[in-house]
Amino acid sequence: MGQTIIEKIIQLHSKDEAVSGRIVWMDLDIRSARDFGGPNVVKHYEREYGDSPLADKSKTFFTFDLCAPASSLKYADNQQACRDFARRHGIEVFDVDRGIGSHVLIEEGLARPGSTIVGTDSHMNVLGAVGCFGQGMGDVDIAFAFKTGTTWFEVPESVKVVLIGKPSAATDAKDLTLFLGKELGTKNIALRSAEFYGETVKDLGLAGRITLCSMITEMAGIIGFIPEYGAELAGEMKRFSGRAFSPASADKDALYADSLKLDVTGLPPQVAVPPSPNSVKSLAEVRGIRIDSGFIGSCTNGRTEDFARAAEILRIRKVKKSVMLKIVPATRRVYEELLKRGILETLFESGAIVVNPGCGGCAEGHVGLTGKGETQISTGNRNFPGKQGKGRTYLASPAVVAASCVAGEIAGPEDL
Amino acid sequence: MEKDIRQGRIWVLLDKDGKIIEDIDTDQIYHNAHLHITDIAEMAQFALGNLEGWTDFPKKCQGGDIVIGGRNFGAGSSRQQAVDCFIALKVNALLAPSFSAIYFRNAVNSGFPVLGVCDLESLIAGKKFATGDVIRFDVKTGQAENLSRGIPLKIEPMSSVQYEIFKAGDLFKYGKTLT
Repeated sequence: MGQTIIEKIIQLHSKDEAVSGRIVWMDLDIRSARDFGGPNVVKHYEREYGDSPLADKSKTFFTFDLCAPASSLKYADNQQACRDFARRHGIEVFDVDRGIGSHVLIEEGLARPGSTIVGTDSHMNVLGAVGCFGQGMGDVDIAFAFKTGTTWFEVPESVKVVLIGKPSAATDAKDLTLFLGKELGTKNIALRSAEFYGETVKDLGLAGRITLCSMITEMAGIIGFIPEYGAELAGEMKRFSGRAFSPASADKDALYADSLKLDVTGLPPQVAVPPSPNSVKSLAEVRGIRIDSGFIGSCTNGRTEDFARAAEILRIRKVKKSVMLKIVPATRRVYEELLKRGILETLFESGAIVVNPGCGGCAEGHVGLTGKGETQISTGNRNFPGKQGKGRTYLASPAVVAASCVAGEIAGPEDL
Repeated sequence: MEKDIRQGRIWVLLDKDGKIIEDIDTDQIYHNAHLHITDIAEMAQFALGNLEGWTDFPKKCQGGDIVIGGRNFGAGSSRQQAVDCFIALKVNALLAPSFSAIYFRNAVNSGFPVLGVCDLESLIAGKKFATGDVIRFDVKTGQAENLSRGIPLKIEPMSSVQYEIFKAGDLFKYGKTLT
């Protein structure tokens, strides 16, 4: 019987037979922890294993991205506890200057096609964008992985999702992703690996793939892969890793738990309305809702291309005076590109607030929280009740967020 | 094994319309504002602290109680605290039609019993299952009963790995039995 992508990757890392439904022991190429979860990993490790060595320090990392730099004494303590542990064990730290850990792992060439990576970040499966099996795990799992380099895992079933047709020119990867969330909900790919096919996804570059794969978590999936790709993605990945890009593809006779076809012909821009990322409407249905703030960034939409798109809209326009637009590049590398390409200047001139790289408003500690009564439009991935504060959060593409911040109400670029 | 048999009073997580709440995410279970906490005992007070209608749960819950949630329980982040806060409250077990993958792993690795429960909606609609009832179940066989009403229940027993970790105590203790 042929293998799906997830079965192939797990098989490369396990002595057990990697067939969906089986629980196997899987070797981990990279294990990481960040400033959420990291201090608990250290605590577990020291309680259970004392000062004994890690399985492999060269495969173990800390990535600080949530409270960067620490804005509270507790996080300052927590981060320092991780740094001290890292020094004692000789582990590399991608510190508070670097940005979102999963993105840094891609840029550093550590997240390679076919590799297995775990970390204390539920969006670690964003690494599916580069054909890597990334998985978020809790601090017990990660402490165990630090020590043993392995984990138990139930090989997930796979679902084949084929996208037919061409969305409208006004959309980008975020609109497609929100549409998938609307169609797939938290049931269709729950606890499964999803493989996406079709011209629309094949054409996506790294940024677009990151957007799509980052929100598999919101659809309750394990991971998403986009097996077909163009030369541009291969080139970009080679620049990061210095190696040829050759992700796994599924066998022709691979067994899928389900196979879905979705027609995206003429798809208009999409917006997720509170209180769920999968509660999605077309822009036309929510146009005109007054907003107080906007956020562009996160592991979903924090790449250079995302800010470039916003800058196209903001180049000759200003953010409305009553609106705060917060800009958070995913990584230091993205920040540098924005700086050198003049994009930061454009965003600054438009009235946006530009801050250092990090996760942004997905958690208390960085930028992008809302107050009671506030309405925010965000390129992030979650708008669960109370997550970013007491306000209401709408999720949309960088273009729609930028346009909405000019209009002071939910709007698309064509409305300006 | 005696540890396999769980018995306790249940809390069914219903919304204000009496419907079981689905997709309860980790920010509703344990809000990100408290993620700096690393001491498990301190986490108890924040359990369900951002779930509408249930923010006083830590005051109402007694050790040994069992929590019942809707499908995709524990969606969202990887935070272990969303499991640890129930352990800190000495909750006996957590049942739901399904759990998010990461949440489920986190509970399994902590040796905290999380199990699938079947036909939950029809049980609630048929008034065969309500907060305050006492239920008993066997984590290994799935045999279960609502003792308050004398009605049998269907619970999915633990998988082999989950049961081994549960028996050992947690993933660390289980890991040490392997080497």
